[in-house]
Amino acid sequence: MATKTSPDKKKTGKAADTTNGEPQAFKVIGTRPIRHDGVDKVTGRAIYGADVQMAGLVHGRILRSPHAHARIKAIDMSAAEKMPGVVAVVTGKDMPDLRDKMADLGEGTVNLAHLGANCLAHGKVLYKGQAVAAVAATSPHIAEEALKKIKVEYEPLPAVTWVLDAMKDDAPLLHDNVFTSEMGKLGKQPSNIAVHLHFEKGDVEKGFAEADVTIEREYKTASVHQGYIEPHVSTALWNHDCHLTIWTSTQGAFTARQQTAELLQIAISQVTVVPCEIGGGFGGKISVYLEPVAAILSRKCGRPVKMIMNRNEVFEGTGPTPGSFVRVKLGAKKDGRLVAGEAWLAYDAGAFPGGMIGPGCMCVFSCYDLPNARVDGYDVVLNKPKTAAYRAPGATQAAFACESVIDELAEKLGIDPIELRLKNAAREGTRRVDGPTYPRVGLVETLEAARNSDHWRSKLTGKNRGRGIACGYWFNIGLKSSAAANVNPDGTVTLVEGSTDIGGTRTSVAMQLAETLGIAAEDVHPQVGDTDSVGYTDVTGGSRVTFATGLAAYEVGLDIRRQMAARAAMLWECKPEEVTFADGVFRRGDKSTSFKELAGKMHQTGGAVVGRATVDPEGPSHGFGAHIADVEVDPDTGKVTVLRYTALQDAGRAIHPSYVEGQMQGGSVQGIGWALNEEYFYDDSGRMRNASYLDYRMPTAFDLPMIDTIIVEVPNPAHPYGVRGVGETPIVAPPAALAAAIYRAAGVRLRELPMAPHRVWTAKKMTNDEC
Amino acid sequence: MKDIEYAAARSVDEAVGLLAARGDKARILAGGTDILVQLREGLRDADLIVDVKKIPELVGLSHDAKRGLRLGASTPCYRIYRDAKICAAYPALADAARIIGGWQIQSRASIGGNLCNSSPAADSIPALIAHDARCVIAGPSGRRTVPVAEFCTAPGRNVLARGELLVTLEFPPVGDGEGARYLRFIPRNEMDIAVVGAGVWVKLNAAKDTIAAARIGLAAVAPTPLPATEVGAWLAGKPATAATFAEAGDRARRLAKPISDMRSPAEYRLHIVGVLVTRALAGAVDRARGIVIGHSPNGQEH
Repeated sequence: MATKTSPDKKKTGKAADTTNGEPQAFKVIGTRPIRHDGVDKVTGRAIYGADVQMAGLVHGRILRSPHAHARIKAIDMSAAEKMPGVVAVVTGKDMPDLRDKMADLGEGTVNLAHLGANCLAHGKVLYKGQAVAAVAATSPHIAEEALKKIKVEYEPLPAVTWVLDAMKDDAPLLHDNVFTSEMGKLGKQPSNIAVHLHFEKGDVEKGFAEADVTIEREYKTASVHQGYIEPHVSTALWNHDCHLTIWTSTQGAFTARQQTAELLQIAISQVTVVPCEIGGGFGGKISVYLEPVAAILSRKCGRPVKMIMNRNEVFEGTGPTPGSFVRVKLGAKKDGRLVAGEAWLAYDAGAFPGGMIGPGCMCVFSCYDLPNARVDGYDVVLNKPKTAAYRAPGATQAAFACESVIDELAEKLGIDPIELRLKNAAREGTRRVDGPTYPRVGLVETLEAARNSDHWRSKLTGKNRGRGIACGYWFNIGLKSSAAANVNPDGTVTLVEGSTDIGGTRTSVAMQLAETLGIAAEDVHPQVGDTDSVGYTDVTGGSRVTFATGLAAYEVGLDIRRQMAARAAMLWECKPEEVTFADGVFRRGDKSTSFKELAGKMHQTGGAVVGRATVDPEGPSHGFGAHIADVEVDPDTGKVTVLRYTALQDAGRAIHPSYVEGQMQGGSVQGIGWALNEEYFYDDSGRMRNASYLDYRMPTAFDLPMIDTIIVEVPNPAHPYGVRGVGETPIVAPPAALAAAIYRAAGVRLRELPMAPHRVWTAKKMTNDEC
Repeated sequence: MKDIEYAAARSVDEAVGLLAARGDKARILAGGTDILVQLREGLRDADLIVDVKKIPELVGLSHDAKRGLRLGASTPCYRIYRDAKICAAYPALADAARIIGGWQIQSRASIGGNLCNSSPAADSIPALIAHDARCVIAGPSGRRTVPVAEFCTAPGRNVLARGELLVTLEFPPVGDGEGARYLRFIPRNEMDIAVVGAGVWVKLNAAKDTIAAARIGLAAVAPTPLPATEVGAWLAGKPATAATFAEAGDRARRLAKPISDMRSPAEYRLHIVGVLVTRALAGAVDRARGIVIGHSPNGQEH
């Protein structure tokens, strides 16, 4: 069932499997057609946000807070407004006052006052880099010079940037209207702790009392950024008829439309969002930053306003993932059976409440069948940028802790780390601590594939080398998707769908329509629609697009098949239900016609055929992975070199295996970066000191081996083609897998990310000093 | 970014005239890989940029076994490591030129520019110190020569006075039994600023078992690139053995006064000084003995 794949190896779609009951043989699914947007992207013709040009365009720039925490006493914009070339200057006061307004954004609700203040500050700045004012001018250089002429009077306040410090009673308080929400009740005193979550199952005390071995450890992780290559960019035109059009780089045109409309308190139909091609998002391009600011600048000057962030603005002004503190305790019997688990997680949310603590709590024990467990989680505000989703948001921090304790347990019990995991692996019927019971999932098959892999079976030789393994889980959500397709007289189909394409989903969605219609992937022409040309579609996030928008494409295919069968029935003078369809051919008795032939007769049989579908499937589809890492640690410097790396994952069904592999490789690389060197480095005043790719150390090609991939396919019973979604799971396992490998290479257990050379060296030194 | 004037000088005299007239409001543009970024980010200010790449004397290199190497201050890095003879004679310089930025940067950036940018973490400067390079500086009152070891005065500052311009770097000729190595430590394997850099030059005795003379330059351990003169002097007459290299590393560590910042804690930098000096000495001695050392992107031996 596991398919060892490498990027240059072609896999045919002939492989059938029977795990899901009916054998399925595919013509399109499982093949690797050239992506539909490939030519435009390799030739530079694809239109990204920065490529948007139009007559009368002016350029917006943002003035950002130099302080991590300060009260804004006064803003004097007069000198900037007088500068030749400056056409508009705005501050938070130009946005509606949105106190206590909430908005449902599909993936969750958001406090609009907080969202608005994150776009332009109101009264107080809560992190260095928070937007304070914006200027539009006839050139970006004039706009930048004008920023220097805006005088802001600040009253600096003490700042706090580490989650445990922010939870202390005497910590600087960020909001006087945030009270701890706990078990449905609100605290009486304002607090930096916005939420306390609690989950429990079984009898935890009894469970630990039964344990032969108990291990409890504490883990810390630094804030890291998604690191998408394309900075945020938006162009807004507030037209004279009061219609607002926004061209932007976003993971969700509809959520960008809704956020902008809510923040500006205008009708949703007054806004059109045109999603441009997007150079990466990873969760960081869901929240709006520039869109409403460009809109009010445009409203003020009557011209289209284009805004592009610099890289340092991306680091300092947009959402990283939470820094975290996690304590995990696990108890096991001598035979390796887990009997109890306890986790205590504190995640920073950045400057405003609503971080990633929920999924952190739900994921911490998600890979194991734990009879007794308790999880407490805290959402904590502090003086860092508001966190945003980052690929399996909250899961990586939790897995680093849990998987590292599992590795220690395996060592202490003398059980192979894969066997220990297999013994306790979550499977169909396992109930997670937060409530849900898993349907058919593929963790066991993934671990078995890991055990059987070349990598795991190979011998690792040489000094200072070690191998580690860890698991990862992410939910993979459903949510709403829409699609529509027109049949062309030449038998091709034009597909319009609402999911912005980040990971090749245009093609993976088109392939599912092609499979359903029995035509070639190349005969479907997919495009991503704007908010006026396709039905409501939720964000490209939660690893949902190939699953949910793919399901919409499948439903579109069924709709087209029904309509085409009726056309055949008209030609054959029979009832539509007498026409059958298989392998791209319509039949009745001895009569048959291909999809293509029938499409050619469309205009003689009633005109256009338009298929449409809107879906809201039940998620999650449950993605499990296991990663194997070999490292070498320089004994003198502590520097870690990744020698070999294999990512395994249950994809349910790999629609386009190259993109599944690409997601597994990309997620692994981001996880490796997070594990080894990436971090927001703060000085004592709460200022980030490394807001550039020079000093924010994402891995380069020289820092990585080829990431090998093994796709496991345990089809998702809730999808017609078995899709589970794949994008996020692969970032979850790397830090724990590398920590385990480093331990075997260097003899030290690292419990703080990043596991930078100085940390490995310090840990080794402390171990040596003790000896 | 404000509007800036641009002038491409055709001669050293013209450049000196432009620079003298505008003082610190004029900035020299060689490869531009530092100054353009600094201007854009507001780290330096200028009204006039004087492009010196069109001055023949500043671009190009001439090597002569008897007279040594003359390196035009604006010569791009790739010209150094693409020249086998220069790589053989001045291997620490070539080590450094290979790891400053990536290929695109190396196609523009110059050793002279790296020196004049005067970063304490500059990759080329420890190598220049090790090779005993000298700066030929032109100014309104003629030319003067300054050893590289005395060129930098503070982070981002150097001895260049108003109107002065670095014209060439001069390297002494190389004799038998000499070898050199530059190593830097970075947490990644490229595109990073040195946590510590160490440039080492050695001359061995005729039997090639004893160090006759040595010079060491260090980066990122003090406000300026640091010539570890005492360690070089101590090495003279010592056997070329691992124990000597390790002790030299210890001695170099005692000279270093690093800071803690986002690139490294000071304590770790101190430790790495010892590791790099030890390793660079071993590499330099290997080369002095005719052993060829391969190159990886992070400048560490394979």
